[in-house]
Amino acid sequence: MSTDTHAAGAHDHHHDDGHAHSTFSGYMLGFVLSVVLTAIPFWLVMSGALPSKQITALVIMAFAVVQIVVHMIYFLHMNTKSENGWSMMALIFTIVMVVIALSGSLWVMSHLNSNMMPIHQMSGMK
Amino acid sequence: MTIAVNPTQTGEPLFYLADEHPHPEGYSTSLGFWIYLMSDCLIFAILFATFGVLGGNYAAGPAPKDLFDLNLVAVNTSMLLLSSITYGFAMLTMQQNKVAQTQIWLAITGLFGAAFIGIELTEFAHMIHEGATPQRSAFLSAFFTLVGTHGLHVSCGLIWLVTLMVQVGKFGLIEANRRRLMCLSMFWHFLDVVWIGVFTFVYLLGVLR
Repeated sequence: MSTDTHAAGAHDHHHDDGHAHSTFSGYMLGFVLSVVLTAIPFWLVMSGALPSKQITALVIMAFAVVQIVVHMIYFLHMNTKSENGWSMMALIFTIVMVVIALSGSLWVMSHLNSNMMPIHQMSGMK
Repeated sequence: MTIAVNPTQTGEPLFYLADEHPHPEGYSTSLGFWIYLMSDCLIFAILFATFGVLGGNYAAGPAPKDLFDLNLVAVNTSMLLLSSITYGFAMLTMQQNKVAQTQIWLAITGLFGAAFIGIELTEFAHMIHEGATPQRSAFLSAFFTLVGTHGLHVSCGLIWLVTLMVQVGKFGLIEANRRRLMCLSMFWHFLDVVWIGVFTFVYLLGVLR
């Protein structure tokens, strides 16, 4: 944690280019947050505490998104400054690609599913 | 930085800087490794999309509710989460130049990772024993591909971890080893991020369905 010594300071200067320095409190905060954010969705599903399945599904998806952000910040040390912003650039590009691939696949395939008539129904039509 | 005068004096335009300054070794490693992780992220995105499309096609076979034991998944998740924080401690002790403590934290991380793989393989073996093989239905094919790919990544991470422990044991916490440990740190935490998606979308939403 402390980089008081001369050697360690010099090392940080020329190698840790823009990487946020990890600290014990940072890791512990991230860990406690992720334990809470993991435990609540498991509890919600296993106990069935919420009245409808749709609400439970939306809530646990929201928890997953928050937990991913927590991991990004506290464990992967993402910030807008690391590598002169190129890490963030790559991340944003990837998120755009992931959203297109996921939403596009699910959307197209669900439409295909609902528009394709099952064979046993087709045989009944004259 | 100055553009060098064209030595041939023919007046041709210059398209590059003549003075290529040297870079310190490994200065672009973390960005390069980050871009690798992002490409890995795309692999998982496609596998998640496949699971999203096929996840409901049981072919009259077993559904998630019949197969998944959420208690076991919760234990598995905590193994991976604990291995993340112990890897964090290894990075902290590495920053303080404490070789022995770094090695101990790396070993503990490896044990948690091995426990994760062990539990996952037990789960797979149990499912296959019950006849829920990848060939049974589209849902199970997608399930085994997605979760298996994640497990394969964790297994590779374990091999890498042991390799780095040998490296640190042999050469100590030299600059190159610090860089390697930092890359593995990113890899390990990234796999934990992917697992958040797996336990939410595959296990929890599967049981909820």
